[in-house]
Amino acid sequence: MGAHVEQAGRPVVDLAAKRRHDARRRQLNVAALRLLVGVVFLGAWEITTRLGWIDVFFWSQPSAIAAKLWYWITQGTELGPLWEQALVTMEETVGGFVVGSILGVVFGVALGRSRLLSDVLGPYIKAANAIPRVVVGALFAISLGLDIKSKIATAAVLVFFVVFFNAFQGVREVDRNLVANARILGAGDRQLTTEILIPSALSWIVASLHTSFGLALVGAVVGELFGATQGVGELIYNAKNQFDAAGVFAGMGLLAAMALVAEALITALEDRLIKWRPPVATETRI
Amino acid sequence: MRPALASAKVGKVTPAIELRGVTKRFLTPSGEVFTALRDLDMAVQPGEFCAVVGPTGCGKSTTLALISGLEPASEGEVTVFGEPVTGIAEGIGYVFQADAVFPWKTVLGNVAAGPRYHGASDRDARERARDWISRVGLTGFEDRYPYQLSGGMRKRVALAQSLINGPRILLMDEPFSALDVQTRSLMENELLGLWAASSASVVFVTHDLEEAISLSDRVFVITAGPGTVKSNYKVDLPRPRNVAEIRFEPRFGEIYQEIWNDLRDEVLVSYERQKRSGAA
Repeated sequence: MGAHVEQAGRPVVDLAAKRRHDARRRQLNVAALRLLVGVVFLGAWEITTRLGWIDVFFWSQPSAIAAKLWYWITQGTELGPLWEQALVTMEETVGGFVVGSILGVVFGVALGRSRLLSDVLGPYIKAANAIPRVVVGALFAISLGLDIKSKIATAAVLVFFVVFFNAFQGVREVDRNLVANARILGAGDRQLTTEILIPSALSWIVASLHTSFGLALVGAVVGELFGATQGVGELIYNAKNQFDAAGVFAGMGLLAAMALVAEALITALEDRLIKWRPPVATETRI
Repeated sequence: MRPALASAKVGKVTPAIELRGVTKRFLTPSGEVFTALRDLDMAVQPGEFCAVVGPTGCGKSTTLALISGLEPASEGEVTVFGEPVTGIAEGIGYVFQADAVFPWKTVLGNVAAGPRYHGASDRDARERARDWISRVGLTGFEDRYPYQLSGGMRKRVALAQSLINGPRILLMDEPFSALDVQTRSLMENELLGLWAASSASVVFVTHDLEEAISLSDRVFVITAGPGTVKSNYKVDLPRPRNVAEIRFEPRFGEIYQEIWNDLRDEVLVSYERQKRSGAA
């Protein structure tokens, strides 16, 4: 290898511009393919039901679902305006999510800090975790009634365990060096908890929030299925009772949209809460 | 407890750090007793810069843990300025081998942590932190997070974080071992400058004999584990020193030769043991 000299006569390639160009191309490709998958799926569904290969009574069809949604939006549902139903379910979900997360963090950090507490309570928590927890929705429907409280409680129970285990693990896995350093620098027990253990567990906790918000939605909807007067779950339940497959699918679509919006909000929250972490490539995220 | 010792102190300066007949045993996860240190005696005078060298796994880091109060001694007595160590004491700084700066705090937040833990107001802590950040040459990086800094810069943060508390004793556990050679000698010179401006006693653990001699007033050689002090050497090189150049002094070579003769046997013992346990 000789000295590095710019060769005359050759066009200089602007690498940055080339990379930007390639990235744009790739983005367009991905978007086009995404659209294609959606169109093929919905198109096949529509055509096969129209041709009678699949029974439209059980499986409905995209045009009927869209019509149902449009009807709900413009004429309202049998339970009241659609936005009200979505709002009720969202309230239950967020309520359960907040209550469950706070309890999960508090208990997770407490048990993570105290060997005795975790040894004593550990088996009970594991046993409680082993129960298919959605059934507590039935219990809450009896004890707390048909209003929002029973749904929040159901959602909170589902959320609690996910957040609890992550907070517990996060506190347990805190870097011993950081704890030693903080103690040498003069941190007391409380400062150790608020300044070292909780921030250290935060990346675990935040990672669990993605899963647990979905579970909160499950809890709210299951709670509504067990008995409610309002909400998207109740809409689905009614549609089922009327053998209205389009109504069930429309409710599902609504829940999916709500979950996607919430997911975006949580990702934004995550970036705010742990901005000290090196940025990860966003493309690996789904 | 031992009145004879108390009377022996009369008329002498109380050492900054003293370890007398210290033994440290650990229980390994498999339930066996592992002796890290055996009957170790060591004294460090106020303001003295001491280096501790020894083969891998001889208990050098354990010595620091005992002095800092992070670990209790199994036997023997550890005193700091005449007071027995019973827990983490005031006035001790500790620079760890691995990165121990808090990744969720900015440079400013990291350096301000010590004063804040000691009850200083936020404003006061920040002001003092800014001063120390400039002393370690990190002005302009106050709002960066550790992941945005190079290894050398993170070590500067760790140094400022320890020194801001004005420690009378600074313990350093192979602090520069992960740095490249150039950064390392820069950091060593800066450490000497900061130390000269303070009155702290330093215990600097390293496996690098050159580093030990060029920095310190006294070098302790620790035997292959279980560790005990094999010998200690006074380093009579003039100060202030330039770490990058002092190694060319003839006297440096003589001291090196002398200590190496001692250290070599221990390194060989430790190496043989590792080979055997690796083969087993």
